[in-house]
Amino acid sequence: MIAIKTLPDWAALLTAFLVLAGAALTMIGAIGLVRFRSFYERVHAPTLGATLGIGGVLLASMVYFSVSETRPVVHEILIALFVTVTTPVTMLMLTQATLYRDRAEGKAPKITDAPPLPADVITPDRTGVRQD
Amino acid sequence: MRGRANRFLAWLLPWPAVSALVLAVWLLLNQSLSPGQIFLGLLLALTAPRFLTTLDAPPLRIRRPWALVRLLGNVLPDIFISNYKVTRAILFSGPERQAGHVLVPLSIRSPWSLAMLACILTATPGTAWISFNPQTGLLLMHVLDLKDADELAGAITRRYERWLQQVFE
Repeated sequence: MIAIKTLPDWAALLTAFLVLAGAALTMIGAIGLVRFRSFYERVHAPTLGATLGIGGVLLASMVYFSVSETRPVVHEILIALFVTVTTPVTMLMLTQATLYRDRAEGKAPKITDAPPLPADVITPDRTGVRQD
Repeated sequence: MRGRANRFLAWLLPWPAVSALVLAVWLLLNQSLSPGQIFLGLLLALTAPRFLTTLDAPPLRIRRPWALVRLLGNVLPDIFISNYKVTRAILFSGPERQAGHVLVPLSIRSPWSLAMLACILTATPGTAWISFNPQTGLLLMHVLDLKDADELAGAITRRYERWLQQVFE
């Protein structure tokens, strides 16, 4: 951690800015989790942390370690890749579970059709839930 | 003899692209090209993709890698824009914002393109993939700020689906 003193000013400033920006976005996502009112709205808030939030922190790490040259910067790319690939898995499980419960309780969400559609096509096959 | 060699190769490497990826990720994670790590990486690359076969996924063929670059060129700006929009919705939420569910018709069917589209829509704050019905080709999504459902469906087709189709289908 003492290495920050040996960093050139521009690199230290850039690192600090990126870390703060990433942390701020993640924080705003957490605030959104509290402020939004429905489950479906809340799903959107933490994505801020999972995209540009983590992006900022990873970029900061790349700048810091490539300027101080303690190691090459590939780890961050792998972290970004793994986060992007695994987030949808959790999200899908959560939203599918909610949709299943809502439909079982007869509180199926109101749906806007992009094109005109018959009403009975919104049943997700995998859960086997019928909306009626 | 040639056919037997090919069949042996197909048995040894049922997923050549995935095996290469596993080996590359293993070596990158360990930051080493030592014989020991290469041996371990090869062992993983030969065994791990075998489990994919039980998923019954169709073979992974990337037809036009250039289209992937174009797709990424559309996705990255969209992530920035939607991060800004969702930040605004959280900090200064007004009563005019209308969240809602939308059904969007998709023309892509390959599990690879669908998985990639799920990653893209999830990575874009403000849109969430909820469920896809393969029989009707309709995707149910949730949108944080639903102004125009037709416009949204059009944007998904124009900006993502068109390129996914060129890569995987």
